[in-house]
Amino acid sequence: MPETNYDQEMAFFVDMQRCIGCHACEMACAECETNGQESMIHVNYVDRAKSPQTTVQVCMHCEDPTCANVCPADAIHQDEFGVVHSANTSRCIGCSNCVLACPFGVPKKMEEAELMMKCNMCYDRTSAGKKPMCATVCPSQALYFGTREEIERMRPDSEPVNSFMFGQQEVNTKVNIMMPKGTHQLIIP
Amino acid sequence: MAKLPVSVDKIIDDFGPHKAYAPQTGFHGNSEPDKLVKTHCCYCGMQCGIKLKVKDNKIAGFEPWEEFPFNEGRLCPKGVMRYMQNNHPDRILSPLKRVEGKGFETTDWEHAMSKTVSEIKRIQDTYGKDAFAMLSGVSLTNEKSYMIGKFARVALKTANLDYNGRLCMVSAGGGNKKAFGLDRTSNSWADLKHAEVILVAGANISETFPTLTHYIWQARDNGAKLIVVDPRMIPLARTADLHLPIRPGGDSALFGAMLKIMVDNDWLDHDFIDNYTSGFQETIDAVKDYDLDWAEENTGISKELIYQAAEMWGKANTSFLLHARGIEHHTKGVENVLSCINIVLASGRIGRPYCGYGTITGQGNGQGGREHGHKCDQLPGNRDITNPEHRKYISEVWGIDEKDMPGKGLSAYEQIEAIHRGEIKGMISICFNPLVSLPNNNFVREALEKLEFYICIDTFLSETARHADIVMAGSLHEEEEGTVTTAEGRVVKINEAITPPGNTRRDGQILMELADRLGEKEKFAFPTSEDIFNELRVASKGGTADYYGITYQKVVDNMGIFWPCKTLDHPGTPRLWEDKKFETPDGKAHFNPVSYRPASEMPNKEYPVVLTTGRVVSQYLSGTSTRRIGKLLDQYPEPLLEIHPKLAFQYGIENHDLIKVKTRRGEAEFPAHVVETIREDTVFIPYHWGGKHSANQLTIDSLDPVSKIPEFKVCACQLEKTGKKGSQHLTETAYQSSL
Repeated sequence: MPETNYDQEMAFFVDMQRCIGCHACEMACAECETNGQESMIHVNYVDRAKSPQTTVQVCMHCEDPTCANVCPADAIHQDEFGVVHSANTSRCIGCSNCVLACPFGVPKKMEEAELMMKCNMCYDRTSAGKKPMCATVCPSQALYFGTREEIERMRPDSEPVNSFMFGQQEVNTKVNIMMPKGTHQLIIP
Repeated sequence: MAKLPVSVDKIIDDFGPHKAYAPQTGFHGNSEPDKLVKTHCCYCGMQCGIKLKVKDNKIAGFEPWEEFPFNEGRLCPKGVMRYMQNNHPDRILSPLKRVEGKGFETTDWEHAMSKTVSEIKRIQDTYGKDAFAMLSGVSLTNEKSYMIGKFARVALKTANLDYNGRLCMVSAGGGNKKAFGLDRTSNSWADLKHAEVILVAGANISETFPTLTHYIWQARDNGAKLIVVDPRMIPLARTADLHLPIRPGGDSALFGAMLKIMVDNDWLDHDFIDNYTSGFQETIDAVKDYDLDWAEENTGISKELIYQAAEMWGKANTSFLLHARGIEHHTKGVENVLSCINIVLASGRIGRPYCGYGTITGQGNGQGGREHGHKCDQLPGNRDITNPEHRKYISEVWGIDEKDMPGKGLSAYEQIEAIHRGEIKGMISICFNPLVSLPNNNFVREALEKLEFYICIDTFLSETARHADIVMAGSLHEEEEGTVTTAEGRVVKINEAITPPGNTRRDGQILMELADRLGEKEKFAFPTSEDIFNELRVASKGGTADYYGITYQKVVDNMGIFWPCKTLDHPGTPRLWEDKKFETPDGKAHFNPVSYRPASEMPNKEYPVVLTTGRVVSQYLSGTSTRRIGKLLDQYPEPLLEIHPKLAFQYGIENHDLIKVKTRRGEAEFPAHVVETIREDTVFIPYHWGGKHSANQLTIDSLDPVSKIPEFKVCACQLEKTGKKGSQHLTETAYQSSL
């Protein structure tokens, strides 16, 4: 592992109410030389017939990543900083276990390459002390990269939440979702 | 003869638009560029800072410029993809000449220049100087804008120069001059941060100025209330405290009613009104009958919402009012702007921290480009071409006899009308695609076909350029040094990242050679862009838009300088009016009485539905460059007809049905996009596409009497089901502008 300046104080925050559906994050993500012009972040309308509300889905970098746990080829690695990396290309067998198992629907199988690809928190940038590309360009700062203290100070009406209940499964993540003040866990029945 | 020389399909085959994508591994040098050049996005008035990656004199990619204070690295999708133009396969790499039956063939600069100059002389000798006109655009730098103003008056010697800002912010300029005596947004965007109330009228900020969204949210984090006035639930309106879904054209009725409520409740700053303004009594007299019932009827907004907005605005201690084309693209655009300014002046909240007002200029240099002589009635420094003193000063700067300075010319659309009347016979254009961006564009096409000679300077063969006799291969934003002035009045530096490719030339070089061949070489002897800027500084000195104290070095050192900046030791003026001394003749801010009047074409039994137009986040203006960038097109490939489910139900329209939209000017077919996010009486079509997909085949060419802006935002239409569904073929080919 090369020497790194990854700052563990820095965290990733997603605030859906600010998302304007512009897709700047996707376009900037795809520019990364390791992504082959594919975006690892995805913007979608919730129900365009009724609202321009969009959601933006980035890898949540789970503390106990289901994708890695179900990988039969041990291709998905979580590093010492908690970043869950995209599949190791020499190991990945394109089985799609991770695609099916991820509670957030993040990994995508790139059919042409027979490989799973997903966000690695712009490791080349974050390990050099920079922000991930999507959070750098996001014009509404629906995607924010900084310290928890900073965002709590700047956005006093919102609460960063990184704990999710999917039925019986509790998932804690490195990435936070901004929720109304007082929210501590998102429960998805 | 400016008819198409060959079938449009052949022209599209040869010159596009074609969709371009970056190679899967990125452009050569993306990961190891030779250099990173700090400059700005070429698109909207935000002028976000960006760093362009350069490899082997080609643009290879981008990197966010996080130190630039306005956007700190933030970009919209157009900004991310703006680097794709230089490498684009459609790029015109050499001058072209029209060849009947064949299309366009490469030619050399000698032929392009000599043919152009001989035709200019022939037309002017035959029909008079003003029979040769010029149209320009404000995606150009201050240096080019200034030089074009001088070129038209000194080298072409024509009165008929105008620009595409005529479709952009001239209503705001007209209103600002009447009220303040100066045309600039009154504050920097930093004053949004602690405004208690932000009122956004007719500005789809999240799609047309996406990076300004962060400033609005910062204010909301600090407790600001947000009021959005828009016929559609735009992304910014979705979470607003109040969304006033106004009927297109009802703006001055709304703001007149809000003023009356402020007066009735004494939510007024009497000290400010009494000491620093004029015209208050006449102005409130004009709205004395605008009660809530009247307002509801004329705006289409409920009484309750109007009152809540007036109360929120009236009681605030700090505030910022922003508007854009939504209230300005009207035959009463200036009146709408003045009705906004009236509620700002009544509140007294201007010229103080977090108390702001301004238009959000649309184009990259919409601000600077409208100040230095680009307009048919204007000379540098925002001077008036009919004012004897102004004419005298600029004549001296330019070294010409004042009597040789042409007078006021025709505005952009009036030039089109003059071509039809046979008064204008020849034209040169740069940075303007009127065949897509002007209203009633079948009339525009017929005008182009009547021109005896038309020269187009551009980087891509736009829909308008297809009608040219000579196309001069000009330069991109990143291929020529200069400055632009952002929508907040900040002069910033555009750096040359690469030299113009192939046999293309810098726009400035093209204009200088034309001036030389027209016999005015010594007046256009500018070795560098900085030399042009230094002449602009002198020409602007003493005008309301005074740049004299701004130098290239100062702009670079400070990452931008806000004008006015009259002396070299002056730091610039981010916030206007702190001394409460306005630039009007009496030094006061002027209230202006506004009586509401309907749009030029209201719906009736025959044409029962209101049609309004606008933009989408992934395209820019007439799409000359953005309709060639694959990913931007894929995001929103073709113009859709937004229609409310209740209106759709009346016609039996379902999502994706192909609908014929008819107006008194033309008809076109669009797939229906049935959404609840638009008024029930209004349909919306974005205008970035050309040919058979162009919304401007339908729009009306009525102009504001003061600003001469066309009424893009309101006309009356019919809807007719075609019995067909939108097709994949139409979706995938819409960007090409076939006929």
